[in-house]
Amino acid sequence: MEYESVIGLEIHVELATESKMFCSCSTLFGEAPNTQTCPVCLGMPGSLPVANAKAVEYVIKSGLALGCDINLYSLFHRKNYFYPDMPKNYQISQYDQPLCIDGHIDLDMDDYQTRIGITRIHLEEDTGKLIHVGGAGRIAGAEYSLVDFNRAGVPLMEIVSEPDIRTPEEAKAYAQKLRAILLSLGVSDVSMEKGSMRVDANVSVRPKGSTELGIKTELKNLNSFRSLQRGLTYEIERQIKALKEGRLEEIVQETRHWDESRGVTSTLRTKEYAHDYRYFPDPDLVPMEFTVEYIEHLRSQLPELPDERKQRFIVEYSLPVHDASLLTSSKAMADFFEETVKLYKGDPKAVANWMLGDMSYYLNTEGLEIDETAVTPKHLAELLKLIDKGVISGKIAKEIFPEMFETGKLPQVIVEEKGMTQISDEGEIAKIVDLVLEENASAVEEYRSGKERAFGFLVGQAMRLTRGRGNPQLINKILREKLQSGISK
Amino acid sequence: MELYQMTIHELSEKLAVKEVSAKEIAESVFARIDSVEDKVKSYLTLTRDIAMEQAERVDKKIANGEKVGPLAGIPTAIKDVMCTKGVRTTSGSKILDNFIPVYTATAVQNLLNEGIVMTGKTNMDEFAMGSSTENSGFFTTRNPWDLERVPGGSSGGSAAAVAAEEAIFSLGSDTGGSIRQPAALCGIVGMKPTYGLVSRYGLIAFASSLDQIGPFTKDVTDCALVLNYLVGHDSMDSTSVTIDKPDYTKSLINNLKGVKIGVPKELMTEGIDSDVKKAVENALEILSKNGAIVAETSLPHLEYGLSAYYIIAPAEASSNLARFDGVRYGYRVPDPEDLMDMYMRTRSEGFGDEVKRRIMLGTYALSAGYYEAYYGKAQKVRTLISRDFSRAFEEFDVLVSPTSPTTAFKIGERVADPLQMYLSDICTIPVNLAGLPGISVPCGIVNGLPVGLQIIGKALGEEMLLRVAYSFEQSFEWSEKPRLETRD
Repeated sequence: MEYESVIGLEIHVELATESKMFCSCSTLFGEAPNTQTCPVCLGMPGSLPVANAKAVEYVIKSGLALGCDINLYSLFHRKNYFYPDMPKNYQISQYDQPLCIDGHIDLDMDDYQTRIGITRIHLEEDTGKLIHVGGAGRIAGAEYSLVDFNRAGVPLMEIVSEPDIRTPEEAKAYAQKLRAILLSLGVSDVSMEKGSMRVDANVSVRPKGSTELGIKTELKNLNSFRSLQRGLTYEIERQIKALKEGRLEEIVQETRHWDESRGVTSTLRTKEYAHDYRYFPDPDLVPMEFTVEYIEHLRSQLPELPDERKQRFIVEYSLPVHDASLLTSSKAMADFFEETVKLYKGDPKAVANWMLGDMSYYLNTEGLEIDETAVTPKHLAELLKLIDKGVISGKIAKEIFPEMFETGKLPQVIVEEKGMTQISDEGEIAKIVDLVLEENASAVEEYRSGKERAFGFLVGQAMRLTRGRGNPQLINKILREKLQSGISK
Repeated sequence: MELYQMTIHELSEKLAVKEVSAKEIAESVFARIDSVEDKVKSYLTLTRDIAMEQAERVDKKIANGEKVGPLAGIPTAIKDVMCTKGVRTTSGSKILDNFIPVYTATAVQNLLNEGIVMTGKTNMDEFAMGSSTENSGFFTTRNPWDLERVPGGSSGGSAAAVAAEEAIFSLGSDTGGSIRQPAALCGIVGMKPTYGLVSRYGLIAFASSLDQIGPFTKDVTDCALVLNYLVGHDSMDSTSVTIDKPDYTKSLINNLKGVKIGVPKELMTEGIDSDVKKAVENALEILSKNGAIVAETSLPHLEYGLSAYYIIAPAEASSNLARFDGVRYGYRVPDPEDLMDMYMRTRSEGFGDEVKRRIMLGTYALSAGYYEAYYGKAQKVRTLISRDFSRAFEEFDVLVSPTSPTTAFKIGERVADPLQMYLSDICTIPVNLAGLPGISVPCGIVNGLPVGLQIIGKALGEEMLLRVAYSFEQSFEWSEKPRLETRD
């Protein structure tokens, strides 16, 4: 029997507001424990929350960018449960009237396109962080635990997808596309490393063609796109194997932990007892009401989104769909491309080729994002201009690139330092061509007897003599002239 | 007449003309406290040193020719449910026995900015849950009129402090009648303003959608004076209303010509003590004589008010009180075995019976499967009661009723029967459910115990409320005072 997986993602995104969700404390990351706190985010007796209008605006903008409907009447609920990292022992969240509902993300997979539904986007406050001392950092066996409330109260947007995702690749593409959209909106830095984007995955498997849902597990600790894909792949295989081999007891509704180093998932907690969060409207906060005018005003402020940008790249720069799609998969890539084209003033396709070729290769090798390197649009534009002017050949450019990537030196500087300038002096090339003709009499004979392949060999010899610096067009031209004129000195 | 016996308006006049100093007033009040506090037990914490400093500061200002407001130098007691920076604040609970807030409640700060002299923090039913102050985690406050009787609750300490002349005025909080009912039982003026009119920031929450801070004063004029400085928008409280602040003393008009007063028949029937009813009827006659048009009216859903309240208030309380867990402040059980043990034993030992009873009620009412049947239904009842009031206010300017169905009852009399105790607030609770303002003014004496008249206003109708209360006060002979000196 063939099986398919059903995946839904819950993605938490910390919003890039200056102050917390319900108080004016700073949201700065990495400060000394409990220095970014006040009576409100510490849940001190008598303190009251006041909603951060900017955070609400960010969520609505995100919803609009993701094709959601915006609820004109929305409210905050309390989600009650006890945990030491939660100052009030309830989290202010949203329940049955979230800010945004019914959106979607369209995915361009390698050989097909698909649409993933978004059930809802809601706003809530983050919790603090427990630090367990002793007991290997786990709560079990710890001597004591400390709490840092700096993150408590930071605005958190939760984006819940429909269970429309079928493969780990789609899950990864969905999360990446979501990240690109949120980055273009500027509502979050969406950094998985810093924990400002956190992905939980619900996954179940079922016989292909079945419409019923299997028993799902929830995967936690998917803290990179790689983990997301690997964790899901492992879990799906685990579930399919258990089903095939009839060990149904191995699939229970539970939360599982993805261990990136060991490459396995393991039980974190089972549903020993059902949680009863006792949601009810937070009486300390008045319901939010929006006008259609306000929503439309926010819509008018939306920047160009990745899909729109892709379409524009196709039209404005005459790029193939594939190139446009890749270049707009991240805001930084797309910005880099456009900036380079502006500085270069040449063929946009050449820019795309370099970015999707050498540049992507080195970025992948180093595991870097485009804005984390020393290479700027100025570098790439200059490199392309040097090629166009004939100062260097494409081959030399490929040699310059890694050094430019590594050191951040401008191409012109590297060319000068290493004397890599292209030889475009006709007299000098002619001398080299003469030398090649002299030394390769047999190849000359072959050419004259009609073997065109010998011509390429002779060009190669000329390039070798110039150590790659000879202008290939010029070598071609002069070699052809000399061979055809029959004159050889 | 001793200084401690005077009202705010009398004292502020004397201060203005430098007839007395703030220090002398404070000394007079503390001398009074020294002589009667043992009997009354109004205060959980006395802040004598702070009070003296504050009094000296006021005196210095006056000596420097600076203009001060009417509250400057006035000894004031604060219900221990309001946070006061650096001063122990317990909310009447052992769980907060050692709690010293890092900030001051907005309402208290507003008064401190006016130069009040804080005498101390007053006793109360634990987390404001109760109608007698017998649920205090520390001790029971006594009614100055009869020390064998309760002062009412939950702001019993604040009410008793003013009635016993241990403070010139005080602040209380009212969730279901906790200002008006003890004011009635102690024979003073107590007002619960419109919900949202006074900031709740720094008020330790019992039931957020019902709680409201208000004053206890010796007369209606003082009530208007205090209200002038309590009211104001607070950006720290999202339920705080934004209005152009009136000068409430302008409402002190002794004339009710054309004012329409409704008497909800549901609040004048069974359960109301006949003597209390008589006192209220007498009050209605006085109001008529002053020009008011008095007529009976009906608010049919009022009978469900108590039931709805005892779902909504505990539901909110169960969530509001979750933060008292021993993790960050307050009492923590020594040597817990693990986290769950710490939570359970801290809360078991820290909270009193009434608080635990309500947390359990509220937790149940909000739990999955019961939410709609209890909380959802109670909210619908709340809406119906609000509509009843709105309809009545289309016809009437204010509504009038007894504040409490009985006069002060004996200590211990109702402790064993929570439901009997809950009935103490039957006349006041609907007002909280509808978010309306209400005031209690003394309207008679029955068997040596005071009776309170409740006047209910439209939302933000404090001005009319004060006008009716003031007119009544001016026409009603009220010279009785508790005679503490002669009692033991």
